Amino acid sequence: MAEIPILDIKHVGKTYTLGDTRIEALRDANLTVKKGEFVCLIGASGCGKSTLLRIVAGFEQPTTGDALMWDKPIQGPAPDRGMVFQDYGLFPWLTVRENIGFGPKSRGRPKSEVAETVERFVNLIGLTRFADAHPHQLSGGMKQRVAIARVLANDAEVVLMDEPFGALDAMTRERLQDELLELWQRTGLTVLFVTHSIEEAIFLADRVVVMEPGPGRIASEHRIELPRPRDVSSPEFNEVRRELGARLHSHHAKKAA
Amino acid sequence: MAEALIATAPAAVPTRSAGRRLAKRLGPIALSLVVPLLLLLGWHLAVKAGMTRLIPSPADVAEYMVDFAVGGIWDDAFSATLHLHLLASASRVYGGFLLAAAVAVPLGLLIGRIDLVRQLLDPFLQLMRPIPVTAWLPLSMILFGLGPKSAFFLVFLGAFYPILLNTIFGVKNVEPRLFEAASMLGCRGNAQFFRVVLPAALPSIFTGLRLGLGLAWFVIVVGEMTGVPQGLGAVIMDGRTLSRTELVICGMIVIGIAGFVSDRVVVMLMNRALRWSPMHRG
Ligand SMILES: Nc1ncnc2c1ncn2[C@@H]1O[C@H](COP(=O)(O)OP(=O)(O)OP(=O)(O)O)[C@@H](O)[C@H]1O
Ligand SMILES: [Mg+2]
Repeated sequence: MAEIPILDIKHVGKTYTLGDTRIEALRDANLTVKKGEFVCLIGASGCGKSTLLRIVAGFEQPTTGDALMWDKPIQGPAPDRGMVFQDYGLFPWLTVRENIGFGPKSRGRPKSEVAETVERFVNLIGLTRFADAHPHQLSGGMKQRVAIARVLANDAEVVLMDEPFGALDAMTRERLQDELLELWQRTGLTVLFVTHSIEEAIFLADRVVVMEPGPGRIASEHRIELPRPRDVSSPEFNEVRRELGARLHSHHAKKAA
Repeated sequence: MAEALIATAPAAVPTRSAGRRLAKRLGPIALSLVVPLLLLLGWHLAVKAGMTRLIPSPADVAEYMVDFAVGGIWDDAFSATLHLHLLASASRVYGGFLLAAAVAVPLGLLIGRIDLVRQLLDPFLQLMRPIPVTAWLPLSMILFGLGPKSAFFLVFLGAFYPILLNTIFGVKNVEPRLFEAASMLGCRGNAQFFRVVLPAALPSIFTGLRLGLGLAWFVIVVGEMTGVPQGLGAVIMDGRTLSRTELVICGMIVIGIAGFVSDRVVVMLMNRALRWSPMHRG
């Protein structure tokens, strides 16, 4: 018997209706993700990356096809799939501690267990000194750390990240990429990560999925075989970057032709 | 915690000398007094110059205020009665206001969140809203009789709408992202009411409470104009019928100060409850 994938996207299409106009955001998307895999989605603006992620999160229902997790249809958002938004989505009235504890508390975990989980993750993301600060007192990088911790503290199996580091400066982004990889390797998480940056995708992913717009669809998949930790300045890394860049541009060229 | 963060921040603010700190604190207070003092001076000079015979000078009013508050100067029917009138008005203002808040906040949360309740109540409430509180006066006197109950009812009405409308606004303007965040973390359905909707709407609710309390002080004068023996509105009306302008002015000043103080109290509570909101710091 073949191994059941954690995520199985089967012929998924999504059409939004805006008044009289219908926008086909996604057509016949197929993607399987194995447990523990790190998959990056990349592609031009408007090719349906966020739509695909939001379908997996359960925020949107596919118009056609099936989105399965462990072979069961995804029905609405649930703690086993945590989303990390580009704009953080933290609760501004809660402290760092309370934001991280929000999920476990919502799920009725005993107080002592919530407190223990919260401490563990506050330490893990290195925000001990800011544990009682509110989101408006944090930098963008700190907020995104809290958003990640919030999802992990809630026992998410799949972490969905929609351009999570897009609003951060280059240095903070690199730090968070390293931290994310370390977490991922330590915990056996499954990550579906949307990015605009080829370099970010190659640095992070086991597999890069290239998407194309008009209508949004999956164009190709590329396994990244580079050993970890990866060095972005190595010739091997640059070779992969060149190849993938060429693929991306040939899609655009085809489209323009 | 905010202090602790600032204290550990790398670029700590250099400590200033106590004298300069004091000047910095007193500066704004001194500035805010300039206009009132000038007005007072103008008033004094205008009365001195005989421009009006009907308005007493500031000094007369001040003297009367002392008599109104503690007595011992004129010893008439109003001497040393300020606390009685203030207490009567304040109890109606706060009673009506608290009742309005107790009804309008939950109602606003329901209207903002549940379509059925909105469809049921919104058209009716919108239809009633344009009717000024003062237009209710005759009807409320028929319904509740001449006296304090009628004043209480008018205050309730006056405070009700700003609280209700701001609560609805707050609920409708909760960032959709926060509902998504809550539901993916396992907080769904009714649980979101207390864990997302209420806290997110709190800034708007406070705005409504502030406006509502201000209006309550505004309405109390109208409410106490007829058939109420005690209350600051009654004092002002009596002053008018007796042609005692200094009494009218004293009543106005007390209402102004009472309204100001109660607004400050709400602002203090608000700043405490909304410490998390960058817009409400300080
Ligand atoms: N809620 C919605 N209602 C209507 N149309 C939508 C909605 N969400 C997305 N779309 C449309 O679907 C298409 C795909 O959008 P999507 O956000 O998935 O793209 P994306 O790949 O994430 O783009 P970007 O890189 O700019 O974030 C776009 O044409 C967009 O206008
Ligand atoms: Mg997007």
